[in-house]
Amino acid sequence: MTRILPVLTILLALLLFWYAMAVHMNAPWQNTLNNRAGLENVPFMDFAQQAWAQDKPVLPAPHQVVSEIWNATIALDITSRRSLAYHGWITLSATLLGFAFGTMLGIVLAVAIIHNDASDRSLMPWIIASQTIPILAVAPMVVVGLGAVGLTGLVPKALISMYLSFFPVVVGMVKGLRSPEAIQLDLLRTYDASPVQVFWKLRWPAAMPFLFASMKVGIAISLIGAVVAELSNASGGGLGVRLLTGSYNGQTIQIWAALFIAAGLAAVLVAIVGGAEKWVNGRMGARA
Amino acid sequence: MSVVQAMDLGLTFPAGDGDVVALKDVNLTIGKGEFVSFIGPSGCGKTTFLRAIADLEKPTSGTLSVNGQTPEEARRARAYGYVFQAAALYPWRTIEKNVALPLEIMGYGQAQQHERVRATLELVNLTGFEKKYPWQLSGGMQQRASIARALSFDADLLLMDEPFGALDEIVRDHLNSELLKLWDRTGKTICFVTHSIPEAVYLSTRIVVMSPRPGRVTDVIESTLPRERPLDIRETPEFLEIAARVRDGLRAGHSYEEEHV
Repeated sequence: MTRILPVLTILLALLLFWYAMAVHMNAPWQNTLNNRAGLENVPFMDFAQQAWAQDKPVLPAPHQVVSEIWNATIALDITSRRSLAYHGWITLSATLLGFAFGTMLGIVLAVAIIHNDASDRSLMPWIIASQTIPILAVAPMVVVGLGAVGLTGLVPKALISMYLSFFPVVVGMVKGLRSPEAIQLDLLRTYDASPVQVFWKLRWPAAMPFLFASMKVGIAISLIGAVVAELSNASGGGLGVRLLTGSYNGQTIQIWAALFIAAGLAAVLVAIVGGAEKWVNGRMGARA
Repeated sequence: MSVVQAMDLGLTFPAGDGDVVALKDVNLTIGKGEFVSFIGPSGCGKTTFLRAIADLEKPTSGTLSVNGQTPEEARRARAYGYVFQAAALYPWRTIEKNVALPLEIMGYGQAQQHERVRATLELVNLTGFEKKYPWQLSGGMQQRASIARALSFDADLLLMDEPFGALDEIVRDHLNSELLKLWDRTGKTICFVTHSIPEAVYLSTRIVVMSPRPGRVTDVIESTLPRERPLDIRETPEFLEIAARVRDGLRAGHSYEEEHV
């Protein structure tokens, strides 16, 4: 109870602030509507209710977003092109595939970097440079370019996810694989251990906490990568497409609903990685 | 037959502002079954000498042989077990898995691993703690586990670098007498680095006194104490006499005024 109460208090404060802002931001248009209808001196509570019930509000009220999410997921056939569950699944599958690619690429690069000084110096600058390019500029080129050679659908989007998510994994794993202290490396040297044994007995287990920290960041930005990639290919569907069509048509409620689904998805994915981390920690004898 | 033989051994670490001479003209022969302590102030090269025997540092002059081989050959032949200042147990391995680590690396079979882990844990009085993780053990027990790890593959030479330096005196006394019993039972050759005079005198058959700048051997003291040593031997005149000689040796080799120059 003592842990839930502060959380609920903050949540309540945010909701109140949101409702207040919805009145404030929707007021100009509501005034215009009321003037046209000849309504004058509308009492404040009635005015607020009008402001929270507009079709295309500047800022939709929380309950409008919630009901839109409900209508577009539970209340709708999953195969419908308007179903957020359908679009969410498209985004999720690209995210997961891209995350798997990105994690593997990140680990492979990190292993190459720590074992070979030349690859450290030749790869690392490119890896860092790759992240300085705005993904919004790269994504259309990749998606359209691959589309031109006949590669469409899941893979181009997963590649964008990979492009974003391999980076934290490389950086984290380079640090993690280098984390064993000199004394632990000396110990293995006294046993005349081979480099492969040093890797699997010492470096890999020592890097586990770093891997999970990186994967938590990686999976969240994988989702962002998938959404951004979808903006470049409106016919493919996905949450990014719902965001795009929502903004074309001024469907703010639809935009917010898609945003919340994406945020919820990211939260669930990060929680799953966190759960896997806990499980591995338990297997590795960490203090409960 | 000598286990360790050093002749005119020198080891210099290159450094930007003038080289550091860690060891200079060290001549020493350690015979089988001896318990030799190396004592001296920090910077005297005692740890460096131990690491050179273990092929963790390369001498820059002179010759050093271990079991009649070069240190590298001896290391590849797994001729020694090394105990570090810190226990350096792997936190993700249980005590039995930690002790089995060298056995896994050296390719022992499962049954043999199990038997050796059991035997060495018994030797260091850790039976019953096989399934515990390092953080569940006290500092003294962790260091005992690390000794078991060094003993598990039964090398004849044990190199110990201030293994009890981080422990309190009560635990240290206890582990010292345990170590003596272990040495007596196994007949191993032990090289033991310390900066405690009572510890060196209590444990050793021979005490090598070293001094810094450059690191060198200033005195080698043969102990006249019997092999059987109860803890209260440390109050006998004979013990105190040897301790006094070690202290004199340390003082002679090390002028404290120099430190401030």
